[in-house]
Amino acid sequence: MRVLKERERVWNVVGQRLPRVDGWAKVSGRAQYTDDLSLPGMLFGKLVRSTHAHAKLVSVRLERALQLPGVVAAITGRDVPVRYSVFPVGQDETALAVDKVRYVGEPVAALAAVDPYTAEEAARLVEVEYEPLPARMDLEEALRNPEPRIHEYGPFGNVHRLASLEFGDVEVGFAEADHVREDLFFYEGSTHAPLEPHSALAWWDPGARKLTLWTSHQGPHYLHRGLAKALGLEEHQVRVVVPAVGGGFGGKLDIFHHEVCAAKLSMLTGRPVKITLTREEVFYAHRGRHPELLRIRTGVKRDGRITAMHVEAYLDGGAYCSFGPATMLYAGTQQPVTYRIPHYRFQAVRVFTNKPPCGPKRGHGTPQARCALEVHLDKLSEELGLDPVELRLRNLTGPNELTVNWLEITSNGLRACIEKVVEASGWHERRGRLPYGRGLGFACSAYLTGAGGSIYYSDMPHSEVHLRVDRSGGVTVYTMATEIGQGSATAVATIVAEVLGLQPQDVSLVTSDTDLTPIDLGSYSSRVTLMVGNAAYEAACRVRDLLFEAVAERLQVPRSRLVARSRRIFDEANPQVGGSFAQAAQWAEARFGCLATSGSYRPPQKLGTYKGSGVGPSPAYTFSACVAEVQADPETGEVKVERVWVAHDIGRALNPVLVEGQVEGSVHMALGEALMEEQAFRKELHRGPSWLDYKVPTVYEMPEVITFLVETEEPRAPFSAKEVGQGPLLCVVPAILNAIADALKVRVDEVPATPERVLKALEEQRKGRTGRVGPTKVPPFSFPPPERVPRPQSWEEAAQPA
Amino acid sequence: MLRLPAFQLLRPATVAEATRMLAELGPEAAPLAGGTDLLPKMKRRQLQPRYLVSLRGLRELRGWSGSPEQGLVLRAGCTLAEVAAQPAVRSAYRALAQAVAVCSNPILHRMGTLGGNLCLDTRCNYYDQTEHWREAVGWCMKAPGPHSPQEVPCRVAPGGGRCWAVSAGDGAPALIALGAKVRLVGARGERVLPLEDLYRDDGIRYLDKSPDELVVEVLLPPADGLRSTYRKVRRRGSLDFAALGVAAAVRQDPDGTVASCRLVLGGVASRPLVLEEAASLVVGRRLEGEVLEQVSQAVHRAVHPMDNTDFTVLYRRRTAPVHVRRALEALAS
Amino acid sequence: MERVVRLRVNGQEHRVLVPPHRTLLEVLREDLGLVGTKHGCELGECGICTVLVDGEPALSCLLLAQELEGHEVTTVEGLATDGQLHPVQQAFVDSGALQCGYCTPAMVLVTKALLDRVPEPSGEQVREAVAGVFCRCTGYVKILEAVQAAARRLRETGRPSGCGS
Repeated sequence: MRVLKERERVWNVVGQRLPRVDGWAKVSGRAQYTDDLSLPGMLFGKLVRSTHAHAKLVSVRLERALQLPGVVAAITGRDVPVRYSVFPVGQDETALAVDKVRYVGEPVAALAAVDPYTAEEAARLVEVEYEPLPARMDLEEALRNPEPRIHEYGPFGNVHRLASLEFGDVEVGFAEADHVREDLFFYEGSTHAPLEPHSALAWWDPGARKLTLWTSHQGPHYLHRGLAKALGLEEHQVRVVVPAVGGGFGGKLDIFHHEVCAAKLSMLTGRPVKITLTREEVFYAHRGRHPELLRIRTGVKRDGRITAMHVEAYLDGGAYCSFGPATMLYAGTQQPVTYRIPHYRFQAVRVFTNKPPCGPKRGHGTPQARCALEVHLDKLSEELGLDPVELRLRNLTGPNELTVNWLEITSNGLRACIEKVVEASGWHERRGRLPYGRGLGFACSAYLTGAGGSIYYSDMPHSEVHLRVDRSGGVTVYTMATEIGQGSATAVATIVAEVLGLQPQDVSLVTSDTDLTPIDLGSYSSRVTLMVGNAAYEAACRVRDLLFEAVAERLQVPRSRLVARSRRIFDEANPQVGGSFAQAAQWAEARFGCLATSGSYRPPQKLGTYKGSGVGPSPAYTFSACVAEVQADPETGEVKVERVWVAHDIGRALNPVLVEGQVEGSVHMALGEALMEEQAFRKELHRGPSWLDYKVPTVYEMPEVITFLVETEEPRAPFSAKEVGQGPLLCVVPAILNAIADALKVRVDEVPATPERVLKALEEQRKGRTGRVGPTKVPPFSFPPPERVPRPQSWEEAAQPA
Repeated sequence: MLRLPAFQLLRPATVAEATRMLAELGPEAAPLAGGTDLLPKMKRRQLQPRYLVSLRGLRELRGWSGSPEQGLVLRAGCTLAEVAAQPAVRSAYRALAQAVAVCSNPILHRMGTLGGNLCLDTRCNYYDQTEHWREAVGWCMKAPGPHSPQEVPCRVAPGGGRCWAVSAGDGAPALIALGAKVRLVGARGERVLPLEDLYRDDGIRYLDKSPDELVVEVLLPPADGLRSTYRKVRRRGSLDFAALGVAAAVRQDPDGTVASCRLVLGGVASRPLVLEEAASLVVGRRLEGEVLEQVSQAVHRAVHPMDNTDFTVLYRRRTAPVHVRRALEALAS
Repeated sequence: MERVVRLRVNGQEHRVLVPPHRTLLEVLREDLGLVGTKHGCELGECGICTVLVDGEPALSCLLLAQELEGHEVTTVEGLATDGQLHPVQQAFVDSGALQCGYCTPAMVLVTKALLDRVPEPSGEQVREAVAGVFCRCTGYVKILEAVQAAARRLRETGRPSGCGS
């Protein structure tokens, strides 16, 4: 990778409040989403879904459906029996259930018909016979009842995965503590609810023996691999293309049943097949936030310095692996990134239940543990008689240090973030002095700018970019970076434009097409700006070198004096000497031939060597701090979040408008998780798979959002640009809970903090008991003894007496 | 996309023609006004009428007449947005203006009609679901799928022998509190009845009218100093139905003594719940202190919601008295 | 019964053969190729399929195409003229009021309808106007800003917002 030397200058486009490059297409209705596409002869597919949460599949009969005029093909699990998963360790899903079903809504058959009405009607004619098994609908039930197992793999019973790690020696750490506190917290599941339902259009070309799948997806590369496996094709026989995507948030990252089924039905019929999910089906596709129970025990010195921490996480994974192994580990990775923890034990278990599979949702695996930790620290500060902000400040990590779990922090703007929100919210003047019912809450968080490891092992780059300059001066960037609304296209175009002295809209983008664009692992873990950005930066610098060389030669100007700016390449000392960008391109093409360059990016090697150390490392971390102000009604338990101050260490904002948009959107999603959203179940069914029953906050619930962008120098990120899509969500949920506690002097140790729960906590308090609602015990489960991981040298040295 | 089942669309030119069609076609026909309740239910196959009799083109159902002094007549085809914006409603029948303004969301206000809102199907967590969901739960008495209603229990209270779906419209409690009547026109004539008598305490047969009868007008009595208000409890400020609706209307003497009072709750029973005992407690007294405490207790005794809407039963019972008290406090000040 | 319906959409008349159960949403997207109108639930909950009927927002998933004869339908495709964005659309782009873009056609249309009626809306009126359409990306902050920016722009330029209808 090139050394980024361009820090100290004035940027052309970096940092400008420019319109996003896909703005025109989206606002004019021209942007094409998958369900907007049609092909000649296209068939409409439909999935038939299980009505049982756990049952043996006795038979699936298609005869009556196939007899309906207009039905062209129908399949069952026997037609697509190959197991697949994004995770190499978790190959446990099939496109249609084979021997048994594991949740209500799991697909059992698929069919294709000439029109959508016929497809819907035919789905009613598929006859499915089930032999019901007992369903396990939560953690406790699944652990208490090891038989019958939901899956035949995993260590035992319904346990899917386990982790048990210790860095340093927590017993030593707790022994050094003046005070030890333990808390329990429950974080309910929630779902992404993108506005655009998932949709896939498959076309099998029998002549070329090639499958093309257009799909609303955020990780075409992993899908590409998974589809080939599920369909028994070579990978080069599969092409995945991602049109405009109407929101993802992690919910369009897995390999989905409708994608495999549309492909299989197209292969069987020789005709294009489109399957678009209904809103109900999107709730079954899920892969959302794991419901999670957490126990945290922390030892502190009298002055608040942490001596040891022990985190236990119990994850309700739903019926399949999905991204669960990573989700589980993320429950433990980020605590030491915000606070120095000298001795740290992390234990986690992921359990199968008979619900739609949980997976990665914005913040992947970290929001639950972050929320539990920040609420716990608030209580700890109260016990110590310390201001909650002060307690954090006494434990903050700094830049350029190694955490006890071997994560390498480079830039770190957390302290500045805290200062911003504390000052702007009037924290010190107002907290504790507000009338009953009004409160302020505080929390911090950290997140990854891209996962340092790929999901399957490889030593190849994570991101590659091709760049082409043609003799008209046109610049085309080929990248698999998948625009899901987060602004990846604008980020890439901004970086290339900055290097070449153009405007972002001058850069054409060819994106997310596995035939045309080089690898990018996907829009997850907030990795695109840094990883694709670095690859694009490299490719752009390489082509600029060619342009500069040709211009220098042609105009007899020293190369070192050339600059690219305002769509020209010219002598900085003598600006009229130069040429337009197109002119320069022609000179360079004449000199070098075809102008095409590439760039690639591979994250730094991870430093930890323990089992599970692949999850947590990132080239750079972002930090956020939040103060929330709430007005709570002690008679009804209703909570209105009125104002939220968020400061985020962005490194540098490539485009502040887009960065603010990510912060504001994160506040909205956090608000839903904090107060109302629940992927909850009743009688083995999703309680209400609809916009009406699943409570995404409306415009009326949104608080005022005051955003501060804190800039830090991050040498590993292009122009220092770190992530913003996920980090700012994390601190908002606990800040709201802490604000409720400040307002009403009761604790809701469970999200969502619904009016029911708030009122219950108040009633407990009125009855003279602890004013608290939340879990009181952990499920019956013993973790295996932890693997003892040596601490980094820096920690051992710090532990030596001076 | 969810699709509508096939049906025949009939477009009568007059109310008389519409009622004739409904009488002839019987239970296989349904009137279509704004469509905001009926069409989603058809897409989810909760209802599958073979004929829809469209009321959209009927001029007879549009507009209003009268005044707060003489009494106001609102015709059933008015949209909720029109009712909310109607000057007389805003000035003299505030509970109604407030109620229709918080129905669902602002786009549906412009589509849904007053008549449709008063005839809104009862709602239930086990009924307002997709076809697949209801099949998975084993159907329910109100929408028994391939079974007869006798074969399928109510999922909320399986032993009760009745359906407990909830009246969740906002317009009805407000209008009942305001003393409104409705005019129904059927194939065999017309009748006027107090709005509260339109409703039955049954989640399935929730309207006391024959299928061919249409609500054509809402008749509001002269306002005569009546002050009213409507409060709605729901999780979000838009879209959600009432988990509790509180309509209160009082007439007070100049010194603040209550001469008459009507309290009506939505969202807690299969019909709007008229709180007679609680309302009688405030008559002859002022809306303050101890009286309001007594009202709260009476409300708590009267409200017995079932577990079939948003929020827990316990919560709805606990907070109903708070919201009634707050409604009365709003009228006192 | 199927019949030929004359629909006026974005100022153009179309003749379409539709059965009674076909919604305006289906006809726009599947018969007329106007896929700018999106869909999110088809149950009247999310507001994504909003179009303007006679200038007022309406959910195309709950309108029967056969009932729309004689009415003027405006979709997002009808806003930009001669390649120029409508001031409301321009304000959304400039304010960063869109991310995934899926709610944007509906948001732009409810904004246009509001500003046609109320050139200088209060914050509450703006919230009410957009409350019928869900957005999952923006937290509405920049959408509210964009509506006010559009209002300013329309007042300053004096340009009628009613093009395309």
